[in-house]
Amino acid sequence: MTFSDFTTILPVAILAVWACALLVADLFIPKDRKGATALLAALGLAISLGYTLSQIGDERLGFSGMVALDGFSIFLNALILVCGLLGVALAYDYLKRMNIERGEYYVLLLFSSIGAMLMAQAIDLIIVFLALELLSIPLYVLSAFARSNVNSEEAGLKYFLLGAFSSGFLVYGIALIFGAAHTTNLYAILAAASASTVSPLLAFGAALVLIGFGFKIAAVPFHMWTPDAYQGAPTAVTAFMSSSAKIAGFAALLRVFVTAFSPLAVNMTDVLWGLSALTMVVGNIIAITQTDIKRMLAYSSIAHAGYILMAFVPYGNAAVAPVSVAAGLFYLIVYAVTNFGAWGVVIAVERTEGKGLAISDYSGLAKNHPTLAAAMSIFMVSLIGFPPTLGLVGKVYLFRAVIDGGFVVLAVIGVLTSIISAFYYLRVVVNMYMRDGEPAVRREFWLDFTWGALAFLTVFLSLIPQTLFAWASSALMKLF
Amino acid sequence: MEFILQPLTLVIFFPLVGVFALLFIPKENKDAMRWTTLIVALITFGISICVLTMFRAADVNLQLVARYDWIVVGGWNIQYFLGVDGLSILLVLLTTLLTWISILSAWTAVEERVKEFMIFFLLLEVGMNGVFLAQDLFLFYIFWEFTLVPMYFIIGIWGGPRRIYAALKFFLYTMAGSILMLLAILWLGIYGNTFSVPDLIARGGIPVNIQMWLFIAFALAFAIKVPMWPLHSWLPDAHVEAPTAGSVILAGVLLKLGTYGFVRFNLPLFPEAAVSAAPWMALLAAIGIIYGAAVSYAQADIKKLVAYSSVSHLGFVMLGVFALNPEGVAGGILQMINHGVSTGALFLLVGMIYEQTHTREFRLYGGLWKITPVFGTIYLITSMSSMGLPGLNGFVGEFTVLLGAWGAGQNGVFYWGGVWLAAISALGVIMAAVYILYMFQRMFMGPLGEIVEEAKKHGRPIRDLNWREIAVIAPLVILMFWIGLYPAPFFNLMAPAVNHLVGMLPLP
Repeated sequence: MTFSDFTTILPVAILAVWACALLVADLFIPKDRKGATALLAALGLAISLGYTLSQIGDERLGFSGMVALDGFSIFLNALILVCGLLGVALAYDYLKRMNIERGEYYVLLLFSSIGAMLMAQAIDLIIVFLALELLSIPLYVLSAFARSNVNSEEAGLKYFLLGAFSSGFLVYGIALIFGAAHTTNLYAILAAASASTVSPLLAFGAALVLIGFGFKIAAVPFHMWTPDAYQGAPTAVTAFMSSSAKIAGFAALLRVFVTAFSPLAVNMTDVLWGLSALTMVVGNIIAITQTDIKRMLAYSSIAHAGYILMAFVPYGNAAVAPVSVAAGLFYLIVYAVTNFGAWGVVIAVERTEGKGLAISDYSGLAKNHPTLAAAMSIFMVSLIGFPPTLGLVGKVYLFRAVIDGGFVVLAVIGVLTSIISAFYYLRVVVNMYMRDGEPAVRREFWLDFTWGALAFLTVFLSLIPQTLFAWASSALMKLF
Repeated sequence: MEFILQPLTLVIFFPLVGVFALLFIPKENKDAMRWTTLIVALITFGISICVLTMFRAADVNLQLVARYDWIVVGGWNIQYFLGVDGLSILLVLLTTLLTWISILSAWTAVEERVKEFMIFFLLLEVGMNGVFLAQDLFLFYIFWEFTLVPMYFIIGIWGGPRRIYAALKFFLYTMAGSILMLLAILWLGIYGNTFSVPDLIARGGIPVNIQMWLFIAFALAFAIKVPMWPLHSWLPDAHVEAPTAGSVILAGVLLKLGTYGFVRFNLPLFPEAAVSAAPWMALLAAIGIIYGAAVSYAQADIKKLVAYSSVSHLGFVMLGVFALNPEGVAGGILQMINHGVSTGALFLLVGMIYEQTHTREFRLYGGLWKITPVFGTIYLITSMSSMGLPGLNGFVGEFTVLLGAWGAGQNGVFYWGGVWLAAISALGVIMAAVYILYMFQRMFMGPLGEIVEEAKKHGRPIRDLNWREIAVIAPLVILMFWIGLYPAPFFNLMAPAVNHLVGMLPLP
């Protein structure tokens, strides 16, 4: 182990040290001043983000080839850290308001981000698994953070049980792969898989790994925990985990499949095709019947997992894979920006006693809070995939990759389910603009700043997507 | 700076200046909002007139081109590409004209949430002009979809009792059609490595069987917008529930986005497919003409009647376009303008009387002529224009279209159906006279109607048009006579472009 090993994961290492220090420092911060902890957590994330950006262009392996530093990991680390910052910004006022302001919240959020970042860097299945647990365990705790609240406890427990279940699949899959390839290193697995005919053991192991990740990214039929966990968890936690955990899950999934399992594409393409189509269809259709905004957004996030999964389908086609990976990464930005914004608005409208979460509670929002309603409309329109928002650009990028790979039917399913989605997203807009009501809205600087900035970015970045496109398409996985 | 000062960029984006200004006007100051919006819309109209003066009709190429790279990275080649030619110049003028007319018409009709209304209206103008001027498929698609959003709000917020249903139906219907077009656009982008329409046309060579699929994907989007029978069912709901200004823009411009799409994209991009689809499209158009006219006759609601008459009138446009000869296409484009002018005017007039009586059941009216002679006269002229009386604009358009369709029947473009398609469609002209005269007679002739008496009893007798209302309607009436009596300038503007377009088609 050399110093260079640590610089490979420098942002992760910094954040880990910072998180531990913060845990101690929090003891000395008085109860009524927990805002300081939030500030320190944000500072740690920002420092880590700064180091991440300073690594751009750097490419190497570390820890005897167990973690990689490349464009792909830098891209995702930056995105995960930004999600962390947004998570802190949304939690700052929310925790105070809900009387659950405790310093551990921010520490757990940092640990979860560390896990997420490691998932993007891992090129060894053991590290993937460790990182996944490091990501998940703090999230289980966070879900149950409002602990006297039964819903929150239920969410935590449910998430934990199904999370543990899915980890079982993942570990079993890794074990089978180890049995077939005698290694857990992704490159070595690739070498073993391309050397001979694909062994059924390897294929089965890969399928189990896919199931394990399927739970994390909430793909149908592994999505059952999502609505309950998202609804029961404190909203600020939901916002964070629906973005961060999903990004990390996709990061690892992309890394593992594109790097190690490309010889399995013959078998896997159809499976991914079905998974993606099923997720889009089921997520969007069930979302229609939801009356609770948190559940609706939960199903919406399931549906979006389906859209992002489209990017995986052509992964075995060497000519299209870079484009489709770039499309997937770009969509992760789109999803993070829009999703955080929408949850920010939900937090603003939610009330302490647990009211303000029905879609009908948004009635009349446009009259008294026009900017908030406009921001929410922008997020909804972006989730549908309509101009002039990032949602359209993201979907177009995805559809193009899928068409390029020759999967026109999947693209047709994608656009048809988008039409279905318009129905339930517009219902929020209908309530805000076309019905009367007096919603009570929480105004607080960081909260307003977060949704305001995200709404602006959703429109503005869609007009100049050039930079993001270039960034996403240069964020390639380096094959060492 | 050079980028912003392009005339076409200005036409499209100048309304955003108004949007920006409106954001800073306090909520209570409704008149300031109205004036700001009107002035911005008038300046936009002025800019479009400048574009007209710079436009040279003899040149068949795109003019006043603004072309910059927009998203050129990682296999994408999307340009900010605007241009105007004979096919679009008149439609741009129609858009900028109808926008300020609609804003003026909403002066007293919209009292609630004026700021939002005006913002949505100006945003709508941005989208509509963008659709007519964009020459890059991706840019076009963005404008095309964007027009849905402000219109959705205009119907949904300021509409009638069933406005939410109508707005949602409008949104979902149109989106359902256009999203398949997105896939076709992406396919074309990958195929040609460019989204530029002229480049794709020049490249050509799309295999005929694929052309068929692409044609269908584009046609579905446009046919829903037009709307062609049998995809029209969103239109009556949207029209009946929309506020007057919304109806005017919806009928006047938004429907033209569909017919324009056929002319601009379907014909030149997929010429072989267009030729083989011609009689089928003409058949749908003919059914639409007859069906729309017949259903119009059965309506009791004036707005519904006019909405169904739009289905009939736009059938003529489609018949002309798919006649695939210069007369047909030119007649079709002129008919788009005519429909915008006449139907726009009809919706305005209906709105003016509705503002006073709050009913659109024309059986409740009666004898209006005696009380409101100015209103009656203008209504009569507009009705005559809509039913195609010689001397007014409707006749010129419909006659040219039928001429084109007859020609297409004779020279084999309608390789089945022949002249019968034209002959059946001609019946629509007669049927139009029936339903329009029926409505006119019920409203203006005979004894005073129920609602007229009731208004008098409540101390608010129905008044004639005021000066604002006359100013709103006057430009349209002038256009009806101008196009009706001397259509040559209009045909001259589009003739070279139309001939060029038809020349590209592999006709039998």
